[in-house]
Amino acid sequence: MTVAEVLFYVLAIIAIIASVGVVTVPNIVHAALFLILSLLGVAGFYILLSNEFLALVQILIYAGTVGVLLLFGLMLTRGREQNLPSVPVGAQWPAGLVASMVLLAVLLTAVLDVEWPRDAGEVTLIDINTLGGALFRDWLLPFELVSVVLTVALIGAVVIAHQEEGEA
Amino acid sequence: MVTALETAPEQIPLEAFLFVSAIIFSLGVYGVLSRRNAVQILMSVELMLNAVAVNFVAFAVYTDPELFRGLVFGVFVIIIAAAEVGLALGIILRLFRNRGTANVDEVATLKW
Repeated sequence: MTVAEVLFYVLAIIAIIASVGVVTVPNIVHAALFLILSLLGVAGFYILLSNEFLALVQILIYAGTVGVLLLFGLMLTRGREQNLPSVPVGAQWPAGLVASMVLLAVLLTAVLDVEWPRDAGEVTLIDINTLGGALFRDWLLPFELVSVVLTVALIGAVVIAHQEEGEA
Repeated sequence: MVTALETAPEQIPLEAFLFVSAIIFSLGVYGVLSRRNAVQILMSVELMLNAVAVNFVAFAVYTDPELFRGLVFGVFVIIIAAAEVGLALGIILRLFRNRGTANVDEVATLKW
């Protein structure tokens, strides 16, 4: 086994176990921390796929910002008298389990069934300069649109969460 | 070590990444369907978005090295996810302030 393979298996095990933790542990703060671990595992995948830029973006934006945002959300939605449900999952969890397992089976059969085009064995690596050039040349319009979407979403979040005067 | 990582895509088959992302996506689906706390549903959605992004990037590296469209999509997925989390948490905060709960089963005004 090569170094890359060992790293891949370690990262895959970390990411999957952390994801199981996200959806099963009763304590939601632990679930959020598991989510951050899972996101870091995925960042490792990006490094294995030779995309350092995406890995850094993943760590900074996803694991960092989104993780902290979620933790703050958990803190702010925790009532004084601990009015969170005592059971972490609703009564419909068996149906959810069946649905997700069926989906998993379909996805895995599809992955196994298809003959993936990788006969050459040669993978060209995309460096950060090429990605930046493409992002600002070929993908300029989507990029600008996404910037507008991000701005609108954040302003909307502030407006929605803002506490008006005289409001309880 | 560095060279081992640089040639990593040649040593690991594409299916391996697809497998892991399929598992993570299904776990996210399970979380969305079973969890009742709005913030936890949001976390499960994040898991699903992440699995999709891994798929996009893996396909870009293995099958589309000239145009790497999937890689650009991966960047967009991360940006949209950040926007989505901010907005969703704003809505959940407002919900909690108005209703005193973050349990989605207790917020059923639109359902009759």
